Amino acid sequence: MLRRIGLFAVLAAACVAPAHAELVIDVQGIAQPTPVAVVPFGWEGRTPEMPADVAEIISADLLRSGRFEPIGEDKMLQKPTDGADVDFQDWSFVGVEAVVVGKVVQTGENAYTLQFQLFDVFGRRQLVGYRMPASRGTMRGAAHRAADMIYEKLTGIKGVFGTRVAYVTARQQGDGRLYSLVVSDYDGFNEHTIMESEDPIMSPAWSPDSRQLAYVSFEGDKSSIFIQTLRTGNRFRVSSKPGINGAPSFSPDGRKLVVTLGGEEGNLDIHVLDINSRRTTRLTTHRAIDTEGTWSPDGRWIYFTSDRSGGPQVYRVPATGGTPERVTFEGSYNARPRLSPDGKRLATVFNDRGNFRIAVMDLERRDVLVLSGGRQDESPSFAPNSDILIYATRQGRNGVLESVSADGLIRQKMRSSAGGDVREPVWSPFPRY
Amino acid sequence: MSYFKLISIAALSFLLAGCPGTPEMPDPEPTDTTYGGDAGASTSGAGNDPYGGGEFFGEDLAGEVGNVIYFEFDSSEVRAQDQDIVAGHASMLNSNPGLRVRLEGHADERGSREYNIGLGERRSQSVRQMLMIQGVSASQIATVSFGEERPVAFGNSESDYSQNRRVEFVYPN
Repeated sequence: MLRRIGLFAVLAAACVAPAHAELVIDVQGIAQPTPVAVVPFGWEGRTPEMPADVAEIISADLLRSGRFEPIGEDKMLQKPTDGADVDFQDWSFVGVEAVVVGKVVQTGENAYTLQFQLFDVFGRRQLVGYRMPASRGTMRGAAHRAADMIYEKLTGIKGVFGTRVAYVTARQQGDGRLYSLVVSDYDGFNEHTIMESEDPIMSPAWSPDSRQLAYVSFEGDKSSIFIQTLRTGNRFRVSSKPGINGAPSFSPDGRKLVVTLGGEEGNLDIHVLDINSRRTTRLTTHRAIDTEGTWSPDGRWIYFTSDRSGGPQVYRVPATGGTPERVTFEGSYNARPRLSPDGKRLATVFNDRGNFRIAVMDLERRDVLVLSGGRQDESPSFAPNSDILIYATRQGRNGVLESVSADGLIRQKMRSSAGGDVREPVWSPFPRY
Repeated sequence: MSYFKLISIAALSFLLAGCPGTPEMPDPEPTDTTYGGDAGASTSGAGNDPYGGGEFFGEDLAGEVGNVIYFEFDSSEVRAQDQDIVAGHASMLNSNPGLRVRLEGHADERGSREYNIGLGERRSQSVRQMLMIQGVSASQIATVSFGEERPVAFGNSESDYSQNRRVEFVYPN
């Protein structure tokens, strides 16, 4: 039942270190990424340079995906900015399979149009052409959106270049530690610390509309669950009962949280919290530790960790209440379940011969694939396209983030350039353009 | 009096050992236990000298009573050598009904974070139960679990882990 992926079936290793970014990303791609060309974009505007180097952003996205290898500018025989000028013979000679050309046109003081075209070199045809408005502030986002469209045309998989990641960092500060809750673009840009505390912060969770994060904070030496709106920074405390308040996760409709409550007696159970009314419904009553609840994408089930059988295993219970049933049987330790957004796979923290690693189980075939190779890997979170997972691993004494494609072939390491311990990454849903 | 206490501790250990709320987990890896971090713990003992127990120390809040006890891997059972420490705190709380203690449970870093919150809570609850059996009022005790979030040792050897699997007795103010 258990398959293992060769962790070093990797050839290319590229390092992308964007300026000002908190995260530095190393990509380990598949053996033969597809060569493509992203020609420098044309600029028609009132300033010497365009607000963001769109071609470079698209190139970096494609490179980071591990599936593509954008060629250098010096290898290009022509640098067209309009599809009409693309010479397929030249590009065929250079050996690329796809070409992206485009330009940015300034249409007002802070108004621009970004347009791009993607061509299949061998088929000699346009795969997609698109034009979209942007401002200085949204130019990076528009470039990511273009990369998403290009990636989807070429692979059939939705791109996640416009998504964000939330994570927690901890660093030494004087005698204590400073914990930060951070949100950044998936590529480490636009990093924002949205909450800081000398007490631990845990378990961030995205709302389905990407506008809010729920998390656990220990400020005042007790655990409480907060929901914070990213745009305004406003937050409200949704659960602060005696004992443990933990492990929040939003329902697919965004109206409820599944949470873990412990009470004075410390019996951790799964509860559903209605965010508006603050009413809670208890779903489990077992004396064991029941925690880490998460909704199935169809909203019907809540999957959770329970050690009612001895060690932690994944169970599920109908979201409206019912009898829990066990889901995982492979291995002595399966915790922190997360379902892929397409509902087909279940990721867990898995004990692999004494090492805690990220495993993914196909819910239909029920086979288990160990995807990570560390000793202390944790907090798996699926990208919204179900094709990539992000998780935390140890490097020396610090936590760093890694992502891996669901087939195990493409791996990225993200380490914090600011140092400190980075943990609990959670991938945002798709942005709503 | 101390005889009675020792009996109840023995009974409690028996209870805890058979308690369905504290299941034994299969050990994922062999644990090489060295307890390098017991600096705060006094180990004179109930086990070796059951009748000659002398006096419980620490009627005041001075640091004579150890304020930290440590746990085996995946266990919430108070070890024999730490039961005196718990009894010392019970005695202090019993003679000062206005006194409040916060039991802070901790786990080592292995495994999942929220599950480790559960393991830390199980440890603080096991100490809470032991205090209550010795007469301490529930209203004097608060528990909190920090799981693996507040380690005292940052390495990844068993010696580091063993220092992190602990319950701290904290007296606010």
